[in-house]
Amino acid sequence: MWIPGIGFKKQAILKVGRLAIFLPLPFVYREKVSMSSLWNFLFILPALLLFLVFGVYPFYKVFQLSLMEWEGLKGLPMTFVGFRNFWEIFTSDKMWWISMLHAGWITFLALTLQNGVALILALMCARDIRGGHVYRVIFYIPPVLSGIVIGLVWSLIYSYPDGVLNTILVKLGLESWTRPWLGDPKTALNAVAFVHMWKGFGWGFVILLAGLQNIPQQIYEAAKVDGANAWQRFIYITVPMMIPVFVLVAILTILGTMQIYDIIAATTNGGPTGHTEVPVTQILSWMGRRRFGYAAAEGVVFGIILLLSARVLFMVSRKLRQD
Amino acid sequence: MKRGFVRGVVLMCLFPLLAFFVSGCSRVSSSQTAPQDEVVTMWHWLSDKEDLLESLAEQFTKETGIKVKVDVFGPTETYKQKVIASAQTNVLPDIFGVLGDKKDFANFIKVGYVKDLTPYFEQNDGEWLHRFYPDAIKTVSFSKDNEYGIKPGIYGVPLDMVTIQFVYNKDILKQAGLDPEKPPQTMEEFLKAVKTIKEKVGVDGLVTGFGELWLVECMASNFAWNIMGEEKMIATYRGEVKYTDPDWVRVFEVFDKMRKAGVFIPGIVIKSNKEAERDFARGKTAFAFNGSWCVNVYKHMNSNLHFGTMLPPKISDANPVGVWGGAGTFFVVNGKSPRAEKAIEFLKWLTEKDQQVRFVRDANSLPAVKGCEEFLAPEVRGFLKAMNFMYHPRNFPVQEDPLVVDTFCRGIQGIIVGEKTPKDVAEEVQRVKDKQLKKRARR
Repeated sequence: MWIPGIGFKKQAILKVGRLAIFLPLPFVYREKVSMSSLWNFLFILPALLLFLVFGVYPFYKVFQLSLMEWEGLKGLPMTFVGFRNFWEIFTSDKMWWISMLHAGWITFLALTLQNGVALILALMCARDIRGGHVYRVIFYIPPVLSGIVIGLVWSLIYSYPDGVLNTILVKLGLESWTRPWLGDPKTALNAVAFVHMWKGFGWGFVILLAGLQNIPQQIYEAAKVDGANAWQRFIYITVPMMIPVFVLVAILTILGTMQIYDIIAATTNGGPTGHTEVPVTQILSWMGRRRFGYAAAEGVVFGIILLLSARVLFMVSRKLRQD
Repeated sequence: MKRGFVRGVVLMCLFPLLAFFVSGCSRVSSSQTAPQDEVVTMWHWLSDKEDLLESLAEQFTKETGIKVKVDVFGPTETYKQKVIASAQTNVLPDIFGVLGDKKDFANFIKVGYVKDLTPYFEQNDGEWLHRFYPDAIKTVSFSKDNEYGIKPGIYGVPLDMVTIQFVYNKDILKQAGLDPEKPPQTMEEFLKAVKTIKEKVGVDGLVTGFGELWLVECMASNFAWNIMGEEKMIATYRGEVKYTDPDWVRVFEVFDKMRKAGVFIPGIVIKSNKEAERDFARGKTAFAFNGSWCVNVYKHMNSNLHFGTMLPPKISDANPVGVWGGAGTFFVVNGKSPRAEKAIEFLKWLTEKDQQVRFVRDANSLPAVKGCEEFLAPEVRGFLKAMNFMYHPRNFPVQEDPLVVDTFCRGIQGIIVGEKTPKDVAEEVQRVKDKQLKKRARR
């Protein structure tokens, strides 16, 4: 694949990059290749092809773009700049790292508060309580709603001075607490994080509930016979047996929350004064400034950070299971 | 038998995949496109003018036999992305709008998606050209030695004009004991009026969509125009004057003064213009800062709203007051379209007086062509008057770097929420400006 407008040396660098991405793929599967495993490969070939075309190839194209300066219109020159975009991200783009911190803070809240609430609700619904099925449906409604719609609804709830929240505060005699929750730099990020958690806790709830229901009841009964109280049963039975589920929920929470965009777009659009900027809004704003190469470089850095955090979580979970 | 089974399974897996690729990558067959060949397609983002444009297209078809299909895609950001994405795959329609700054416009011309309309405007002794207000044409033209290297000429067809200025609620001013026919003219008068309104009516001062950075830039450059004038603004964009210059610091200080006087509605820095329009239409503030399109919007939102227009409050006597203005909505003809001639014919027809009068009557637009003034609603006339004070930085010979503009606007947002001082912002903007100048020099 020859890219017009760039020299032989640069083409060669890109070719090496392409090979570096595609060549190792067959060696990922390290077991001895037998005839039967070859047949197995044949059956996964359609899925593999789809993955290569829609997963690996776009990643390669984004990486390729990240080494360029391009204004986003086919026909305009692509200038090869090597790793200059990455250098700029690491040395002078303060806002990018601030946006990572914002996403990190929302992720931290989601990992702790959102999943904590999801676990409590899952523990309650795992028992045979009256109307349990109704609660399950109710808790699962927010995640299936569109983020944009939720954002718009919560904008009205937070709106100043006559939004639902401020009206309730006034009625409770807490007038001094009223404020434009999304427009105040002190509260905007947490207000957005709350909306995200409200929307997202249902996912965790469903997965955790499924995990809880997979724990054999006999173990709890045996522990009861041995005199273990509810707290001890939770700490010594539920928690250890739920570790794989906790890891799954944590990974999904990290990946989902770090990529938060729709709620931000519908509520603050990164404002006030950048206090709710997150990586995706940053990437989009660079595209708006016609720096598609730089936006792609941010996308690559962001992807690598997410991959690394998922990897770390896997390692932690393996360690916990071994212990 | 076994091998046949496996082959069958593999084929079953591969066939849909192959079909998927083939159908996805192939061009639409000629039998499917044949009827469309004769239809001129126009993409726009003007949801408030959707019915009007459709009915005009139908009328044009009746009169000329040329079929025109009008498609609306909104909101503007979605439309902008759609146009860029369509340009990548060469599926742009015959007529479309380029949203963005002059550089975006220049890029579309460079890659051949915009037809040079100069010969058409100049035909018959410039009959088409002379229909328009000169400022409308300025927005869609590239002058000699423009910084983008575009061949001088006219590349778009303006459908309406836009001026952006202050509007005020006459009823609120009356309730506060102020004369609704004499709105404040200077910044001191404005701040005093806001204070009186707050005390007597309990209503906030000003709302606008400061969540959208271009509105911040617009208001700030109005103040800059008044304080330092065009030459100094251009010199700053060239890098010859610093943003730490006392005149620029004074521009930032105006926002600080307004913040201290409680002019802004709380949460103004995250408000979209749509939300701001809703707030003003519902009487939540006495003043708004908006473009001439707002007349139609306010009338739809609240038919009982009585409002007037005023120029931005004067800060200095050194230079005249200015307002942003130029062609509001403009369309271009796809340079790669086989139906370009028909598309131009349609646009020419749309800018005839009869059709422009319909824009004025049905959509309260500020017309791009002369001779429709008598049909304007009184509120629109206020915006028409502002055309005497009109300028636009996009028509300057040199444009400010987008990153500097971004830092400038975000800095002002910081002043409005009380996080930054005017001096901080001036220094921050200058730092970014220096960096961008260095970068440009390297290139």
